[in-house]
Amino acid sequence: MEAIIIGILKSAIRLATPYLYASIGETIGQLSGVLNLGVDGVMLMGAFSAFYTVLKTGNLWLGLLAAIVVGAIFGLLIAFINVTLKAEQGISGIGVYIFGLGLSSLLFSTMVGTVQTVSGFPPLSIPLFSNIPIMGEIFFRQNILVYGAFALVPISWFILNKTPLGLSIRAVGQHPEAADSLGVNIVRIRYLTVIFGGILSGIAGASLSIALLNVFQQNLTNGMGFIAVALVYFGAWRPLSVLTGALLFSTVNAIQIWVQVKGINIPSDFTLMLPYIVTIVVLAAMAKRRIHPPAALNKPFERGE
Amino acid sequence: MKYRSVREISMSLIPIAAFLLALLIGTIMIAFLGVNPLVAYQALLKGAFGSTNAIADTVVKATPLLFVGLGICIAFRAGVLNIGGEGQLVVGALSTTIVCLNFPNLPGWILIIIALLVGLLSGAIWAGIAGFLKAYFKVNEILSTIMLNYIAAYGMNYLLRGPIMDPLQIELGSFIPQTSRLTHVVDLPRLIPTRLHFGTIIAIIFAILVYIFLWRTTIGFRIRMIGQNIQASRASGINIQKYMVLAFVLSGALVGLGGATEVLGVHHRLFTDGSVSGFTGSAGFNGIVAALFGQLHPIGTIPASLLLGALLTGANKMQRVVQIPSALIGALNGLIVLFVVGSEYLRRSQARRMERTAEVKKYSKDKNKKESK
Repeated sequence: MEAIIIGILKSAIRLATPYLYASIGETIGQLSGVLNLGVDGVMLMGAFSAFYTVLKTGNLWLGLLAAIVVGAIFGLLIAFINVTLKAEQGISGIGVYIFGLGLSSLLFSTMVGTVQTVSGFPPLSIPLFSNIPIMGEIFFRQNILVYGAFALVPISWFILNKTPLGLSIRAVGQHPEAADSLGVNIVRIRYLTVIFGGILSGIAGASLSIALLNVFQQNLTNGMGFIAVALVYFGAWRPLSVLTGALLFSTVNAIQIWVQVKGINIPSDFTLMLPYIVTIVVLAAMAKRRIHPPAALNKPFERGE
Repeated sequence: MKYRSVREISMSLIPIAAFLLALLIGTIMIAFLGVNPLVAYQALLKGAFGSTNAIADTVVKATPLLFVGLGICIAFRAGVLNIGGEGQLVVGALSTTIVCLNFPNLPGWILIIIALLVGLLSGAIWAGIAGFLKAYFKVNEILSTIMLNYIAAYGMNYLLRGPIMDPLQIELGSFIPQTSRLTHVVDLPRLIPTRLHFGTIIAIIFAILVYIFLWRTTIGFRIRMIGQNIQASRASGINIQKYMVLAFVLSGALVGLGGATEVLGVHHRLFTDGSVSGFTGSAGFNGIVAALFGQLHPIGTIPASLLLGALLTGANKMQRVVQIPSALIGALNGLIVLFVVGSEYLRRSQARRMERTAEVKKYSKDKNKKESK
């Protein structure tokens, strides 16, 4: 029993990785007032570019770099459409999703073709900590991208709450007119947060294709990027609460995988459905709390002239 | 339609410019994949329009896109972003199939009507869930509809792998996840000896009905008003929540009907390949592209669906002839959406500029009049 629980918790920590990268990136973007619903598409592109690079070069770091570059390019595209062209953010996000899904499938079927595996980031034991009974096994024998994801939580909290940059980001999302009158460059801040979000979505994809699953196939993410956006609502735009949400989902996922592997007699379609049902229930439950999204979310900035 | 100025014509040409731009990028991608774009596009055109059968297939492909697109027109006009076309198609198709499997002995035309109505109603209910959550719990409708897509797809896959699997598949031990072929009496009539079926006519009739509904009825007017200015609508006493749910329900009804006609007109059974878009072929997303491309106008959505239907049908041929995966069309569709929403801003600022010049003209005219007096 103990081994089972340790196994599930260990895989829950590991599975939280893609959610964490994508949700933290989305949180920062939304705090500056940009709703990016194309996360899933960017994750797919990040996952493919990392996977392909590793398949051809065998270099994991080069793969991660490829995901970062592709993520940044997509972030730039999203920022241009939403900030400069002031598009309706809900619809443009769906455009990014359809584009990313289509392009990653196209590239996969022309450049790779069949499902292949790569050897991804190996587990990295942290000296001393990894020897702590139980905790060491669960937390400190993971791959490097897992550590990166968990480190991102305090880092993003610090940047958002304790630095002038964080203050600017929140001001731009909460009250752009006031920020503008104080000389904050709204366009620059929003480009910055959205490109950073794109990079993190790219890494989120890479964490799937070269660390967690070590494969790529069409629609690998299966809507994970949308769940990541939902986690931002769940976490009420606070990195620490986003972490809680990510762990909740990854635990559900871990249990689901365990049930399937064990061959317990629940149809797999039901267990696969579970995360999506949980998302809806959680979103509805969150609505009862009196927490408001950033005031300027989904509103392009127009300077009154 | 009469245009008042060259500027207005240029405004209405924006979607076409967006399409051409997407096509240009597509050309670059094809060249990048080492294929002569001219050869590729020739194959595509031939696949879409090369013969009577090809044209019929294009129209057949366009039909579900039109149903979804019409649903999207209503939802988006009300300012609610229904991205749940995939799920509503699946639920509509599923309930239609279940009805036909259970009552094979009813007279054909009665069963057809009941089956279509059940498809329509179930799509309405499925979308209504998202509408209810949006109106009364403020749940972001894009997220809830996407989640409902996955729930519907996995639900269908479960049923196809068990309760409604073709008994023959179980007997033969092949266990292909599909139902048995539905009774022939529920086949929608063919229009000409091709795959073209009566569902297309139903879709076009509904396009006209949706136009009349949105622009010629009070309820339609209110729905559009909410989409344009929610504060003003609330101030004028419209029950926003009620109309949001209504917009979702009507939207889902059209999509659900689309799922039903796919079963009765094209496939005559329900099947899955295990993936979430196995049955729909992503029509739930492509219909959104069609609606946006048709400028969220039900009549404009007709040629837009045909164009996308042609792309999808032609892409299959292109895949066979020059080995360009049909996923290319998926990527192009995404670009079309991006270009159309991206150009909205240019359109708005152009409209504002026109208004301003019109005001200035009017002002100087009035002034001239006064002075001449």
